[in-house]
Amino acid sequence: MTVEGIVELLVPARPEYLQLVRAVVGEAAAVDSNLDPERIADLRLAVSEAATNAIEAQVSSGVADRIVVRCNLAAAQIEIEVTDRGTGFDPDHVRSLPDVESPERLEYESGLGLSLMRQLADETSIETGIDGTAVRLVVRIPTAGDET
Amino acid sequence: MHLEFDRISRDPWTVLVLRGDLDMAGAPGLRREVAQLVAAGDNRLVLDLSAVDFIDSTGLGAVIGALRRVRSHDGDLVLVCPEPRLQRVFELCDLDRVFELHGSVATAVGAPA
Repeated sequence: MTVEGIVELLVPARPEYLQLVRAVVGEAAAVDSNLDPERIADLRLAVSEAATNAIEAQVSSGVADRIVVRCNLAAAQIEIEVTDRGTGFDPDHVRSLPDVESPERLEYESGLGLSLMRQLADETSIETGIDGTAVRLVVRIPTAGDET
Repeated sequence: MHLEFDRISRDPWTVLVLRGDLDMAGAPGLRREVAQLVAAGDNRLVLDLSAVDFIDSTGLGAVIGALRRVRSHDGDLVLVCPEPRLQRVFELCDLDRVFELHGSVATAVGAPA
């Protein structure tokens, strides 16, 4: 079955709501039976990373608004946009981490989220500025003729 | 409650069993548990992730923090992570090169410290 539709969540910018975001996105993605469970798990993880960054951005900016998670369920792909109203960042100048086998690597507990999103989604784009950030994640849905 | 903990003694190891989601909501609880254990002198820890349903980069960060804390007290930390979906997250972040992921507590505590 193929369903097209939009699901939009307005979520309080609190970590306790991440599980709800993952559950809704996972269930929405599962409506299309052509997406296998591993890709749905990838999507849940990518969205969780984006929503975590959105919550952090708003908390650190002192913005009390809810974050927005918008799922566009189309025939060929699932597109998720996570929007916050934090003060933004430069995605091209995110600090790089020391080599994983370097002792200094243990000093860094964060900084993996963007890299994970880019690995997990088929497309990742980020628009960011002083008024907020929108992260767009796309996972393509294989059609019957696809090899993968 | 998104993440719950049980402590089991397997002398000289302490096994910390996690149940639930290890994300931004669960990570502070892990940091607190590890800080309490290390303060009590339990610095050889097994983190049992067998019953963890979900882990993300924030959860991985808390595991990295746990390793740093026990090592700063001359301890060690090993992971039990038999679930392929969780193992994949470690691999995507190259952290399978930092942590050996054991299939069971028995193999983890039998491993060289």
